[in-house]
Amino acid sequence: MNQTSKKQGIDLRPGSIVVGKWHHNRYYIKKQLGRGAIGSVYLCECNGKKAALKISDKGSSVTMEVNVLKTFQKVQGKRLGPSLLDVDDWIDSFGNRYSFYVMDYLKGKQMSTFIKQHGEEWLGILIVQLLQDLIKLHKEGWVFGDLKTDNLIVTHPPARLRWIDVGGTTQIGRSIKEYTEFFDRGYWGMGSRRAEPSYDLFAIAMIMIHFYHPVQFERGKVPKKTLLTKLDQIPQLKIYQPCIKKALLGQYMTSEQMRSDLSSIMMKDYNQTRSHQSYQDNTKQVPIKRKNHQLQNKKKEKINPIFESLGICFVVVLFYFFYLILI
Amino acid sequence: MRTGTLKQILLITDGCSNKGEDPSAVAALAAQQGITVNVIGILEDDQSEDPTGLKEVEEVAMSGGGVSQLVYQKALSQTVQTVTKQAMTLTLQGVVNQELKQILGPNQSLEELPPEQRGEVMEVVEDLGETCDLEVLVLVDTSASMHNKLPTVQEALVDLSVSMNARIGRNRFAIFSFPGKRKDINKVLDWSPKLESMSSIFPKLTSGGITPTGPALKQAMYQFGKKSLRRSFMRENESNIEETGH
Repeated sequence: MNQTSKKQGIDLRPGSIVVGKWHHNRYYIKKQLGRGAIGSVYLCECNGKKAALKISDKGSSVTMEVNVLKTFQKVQGKRLGPSLLDVDDWIDSFGNRYSFYVMDYLKGKQMSTFIKQHGEEWLGILIVQLLQDLIKLHKEGWVFGDLKTDNLIVTHPPARLRWIDVGGTTQIGRSIKEYTEFFDRGYWGMGSRRAEPSYDLFAIAMIMIHFYHPVQFERGKVPKKTLLTKLDQIPQLKIYQPCIKKALLGQYMTSEQMRSDLSSIMMKDYNQTRSHQSYQDNTKQVPIKRKNHQLQNKKKEKINPIFESLGICFVVVLFYFFYLILI
Repeated sequence: MRTGTLKQILLITDGCSNKGEDPSAVAALAAQQGITVNVIGILEDDQSEDPTGLKEVEEVAMSGGGVSQLVYQKALSQTVQTVTKQAMTLTLQGVVNQELKQILGPNQSLEELPPEQRGEVMEVVEDLGETCDLEVLVLVDTSASMHNKLPTVQEALVDLSVSMNARIGRNRFAIFSFPGKRKDINKVLDWSPKLESMSSIFPKLTSGGITPTGPALKQAMYQFGKKSLRRSFMRENESNIEETGH
């Protein structure tokens, strides 16, 4: 999809000012954050507040994304995606019209970076967080669609997984608006591109595989076999394997089923490692303590004779001085 | 609002035409007949992104009211479906714009609406895109240089069918290749709702360097003509039934 970027004439320099045609807000462009199939995202400042601004010459695509962001705001409870702050048009000095929208600036790390820094046990936890958000989204009748590693960031502390690009969000029952081949079950020949909860769950399984296979592999002649073999080859995913397999094969009808499976696996794993650890602790700690005692004893034995002899010498010398003074 | 069936020609090529009439002119004619012409130019893996030989790609699509895209083989699958969907949105937006002009006056268009209302209109466009019927005639250049790209093309077309059949609306696809043996185009697959069943690989390649894109496009256009005649007849019948129903 990089090829489309050729046609987008939009390239804003840091320091440029984007002024809305309808709402007259002024945005100071600070730097480019990213570039996608439709438009570029910039870090900007408005009234001293930082925000992310997505701008494109494809007005209709921008409008569609805005529609999706608006439906996110309708979803009750916790915020799911970045919230929408402004929608407007900008006409540059050459008379070209661009559409843009402004949303919250979420400062976070890429999911893979975060997990590498903080430990692999976070993978399961973050995926459960993702599933919890998806449960809400699916309940509202929407499917995320373009779920992939690049679209997930972790803000912390506290560590919280957030999705950033919502362009693929589709109403359940329709055709998926946007997808990325590697994470798409249609590409792997393992299901349709109709928006169903199971479509997102397949992508989640792929995200977990992708973490241990950062280089995306080809599907080969029998895609399904390739995928399951690759999964078998990842020892770190062994505990999650039954759950991942079910997601790949489309056997979860709802995100709730997958979440409960995944969390029960994690609890089991947690208990096992804990009991294992405490067992090790018991066996290891005792000899260590003994050794410490012995060391301390030895030190005492070693230090005392020196003190003793020094003390004796000191006393002898003292008495000698008294003797000299008295005489 | 009924939009009827969207008609598209998807031309997949890797070079310039060198025989017959100007393909841009034919594309313009097709556009007048309500057929959108989209063009995908396949680049060689070592080719730069802006070769002069493929300039025609953009021109043809522009006069055909469609979308064009230059891609490397690897990205073909995703591009085929993006181009098709983008062109659908474009066409439907045109239809909606027409309606807006009728309702709000000749100077009104989607861009002139404030963002809030534009969102609502785009929702309508999206709904139409999801529910309308679609006919795509895929026209594949099978001249010698395309030889090694044809398996990828076939894969991409199957993928297109997977994407489009996830929609609520109905689809029909036909595949033609050019240059044909004696005729300008060669039928590979007649109108059918799915391409997954497509097992026949493209026909034996005609060697030689002729690429009669213009004449091929014209013939492709007639393929709609033949069928749409029959279809329009059927549609008349349908509407009659509807009217008596009311």
